[in-house]
Amino acid sequence: MTVTDQQTAFDCRQDFAAELLALAAEDERIVAVCNDSVGSSNLVGFRERFPDRLINVGIAEQDLVGVGAGLANAGKIPFVCAAAPFLTGRALEQIKADVAYSEAHVVLCGQSPGMAYGELGPTHHSIEDLSWMRAVAGLDVIVPADSVQTRAAVRWAAASGRPSYVRIPRFKVPVVTPEGAPFEPRRAVLLADGDDATVIAIGSLTSRALQAAALLREEGVHLRVLNMPFLDPLDEEAIVAAARETRGIVTAEEATVSGGLGAAVAATVVTRHPVPMRILGVPRVFAPTGDTAFLLDHFGLSADGIVSAVKDLLRHG
Amino acid sequence: MSLLAADPTRSAVYRQAAERIRRADRHTAAAELDQLATEVRRSIIRMIDRAQLGHVGGDLSVTDILVTCFYGVLSVDPERPRWSGRDRFVLSKGHCAAALYSTLAHCGFFPEAELDTFMAPLSALNGHPNRIKVPGIETNTGALGHGLPVATGCALAAQLDGADWRTFVVLGDGELQEGSNWEAAMAAAHHGLSSLTAVIDRNRLQQGARTEDTNALGALDDKWRSFGWEVREVDGHDHLALLEAMSGSSTGRPVAVIAHTIKGKGVSFMEDRVEWHHKVPSPDQVEAALAELAR
Ligand SMILES: Cc1ncc(C[n+]2csc(CCOP(=O)(O)OP(=O)(O)O)c2C)c(N)n1
Repeated sequence: MTVTDQQTAFDCRQDFAAELLALAAEDERIVAVCNDSVGSSNLVGFRERFPDRLINVGIAEQDLVGVGAGLANAGKIPFVCAAAPFLTGRALEQIKADVAYSEAHVVLCGQSPGMAYGELGPTHHSIEDLSWMRAVAGLDVIVPADSVQTRAAVRWAAASGRPSYVRIPRFKVPVVTPEGAPFEPRRAVLLADGDDATVIAIGSLTSRALQAAALLREEGVHLRVLNMPFLDPLDEEAIVAAARETRGIVTAEEATVSGGLGAAVAATVVTRHPVPMRILGVPRVFAPTGDTAFLLDHFGLSADGIVSAVKDLLRHG
Repeated sequence: MSLLAADPTRSAVYRQAAERIRRADRHTAAAELDQLATEVRRSIIRMIDRAQLGHVGGDLSVTDILVTCFYGVLSVDPERPRWSGRDRFVLSKGHCAAALYSTLAHCGFFPEAELDTFMAPLSALNGHPNRIKVPGIETNTGALGHGLPVATGCALAAQLDGADWRTFVVLGDGELQEGSNWEAAMAAAHHGLSSLTAVIDRNRLQQGARTEDTNALGALDDKWRSFGWEVREVDGHDHLALLEAMSGSSTGRPVAVIAHTIKGKGVSFMEDRVEWHHKVPSPDQVEAALAELAR
């Protein structure tokens, strides 16, 4: 973690829990469903306040998502909470068939995504979730970058009437969202303007992209920084504008390079306005042992790593 | 990443100890296993203290099962970890890697000094077992509900080859809430996998609460029996009872050993307390735990 991260960083799970609790007080259709994860999903407060509306199915993620779909079909608004790797991986088919294909208004809440459980190893790393969730039709994929977006995501997903996947950060991140920024599908958040190159970042990498922009500004390079709270549906117009108005695009995400943000942006770029790109993420390997900050740096997912990628792009196209 | 290398001195000691235990009278064998388990428990506490991470409750719960398995039951050779005639051992509750690593190091599968690197950057000793890095690990675990299906596959391979090696898998009781276990339980019985033994670490706690308050397992013995398994129930901290349950001859069916255990066993202030699932002891608590385990 860099110095600036540490000074003002927040664990978004607390914002998630607080907003869910406030929402549940306003709307009695809200229920929480979890898998032996009352503590790790920060649902202790919810259990105290609404004991009957917290359903703990035990260590059984396929059942978890199926039960969520049933609750939704019967008129509830379930927030289905579990560690992101097991929620998305183990219950992938339930997410596809019971939730998305059935248009069940379930909010899937993936806790501690990316490499938040660094030392616990690849079974516990959720780096494939973005690729998997993006591949499912009819599922909104929401990737908050800070506590402001986490709270907005809870509100938005509850009101949307649609199935969604919300990726709740655990790795501490500072607030990056400016006052009045949009939070809706197909709306990117402009965090810094510039015309040399564009960095598009989501989740925990967003603040690092801003740090990279500050470092590059000292060298006279002007970076545009875009954040995409919605990975799906994606803001294609902002991507095309960036491709037209800057010399190339670097994407950054705490996820595998196979199929997440980078792949989504690249598909838009090549079909609508080809420009050089660099895709930063976890390469197609299982991570070595280490804590989150160590692993992010290990894979070049630091401000310095983003700076190098931008320079490489500007130098070699 | 290649496998860690064996420790030949330690593995020679292990071979002698295992032979002694298997030949000894019941009383002597039990005393020796008790001593070994205490050493393993002490090293678990030290590993978790150094890493400031880990699952101490489940580690201490499963230690007696692991030690009995490796010293009293399994036919394995730490210097030839992939020897084709070995018995297969799977720790399905992979979050208890510290207990498995410290047992394996004790047997000489790799140098004990390696335990100091538990969960440190670039260590082979990840928070959950990895078969590519650590000798003695048959399959990667950590996502619960994977061990029994994989062990069933191992036992099927032995049956296809007419081989006489056996397969053992250790499961958490909370873990049994995963449906994949029951799919495998059905298949193992269907195929008459008498060389397969599942040991259930029945400590009645899971991550956040008691199993019976979360998603009750109810009459666990009847569940296994109705799936076609032979069921044996033992005190999971009684080495002799475990030895007999795991080595007794089978009746053509897979065997489920329900081992009644105490989460946090051996450290009084951790015993049967849910918060010790993955709480890290303070320096004072580490000292107190090691003192209790010295007796
Ligand atoms: C598929 C999956 N879901 C959730 C978890 C998180 N988790 C780790 S340990 C644990 C509790 C396990 O309880 P039990 O099997 O009884 O083990 P023990 O109490 O012996 O430690 C949970 C829920 C996981 N590792 N894998």
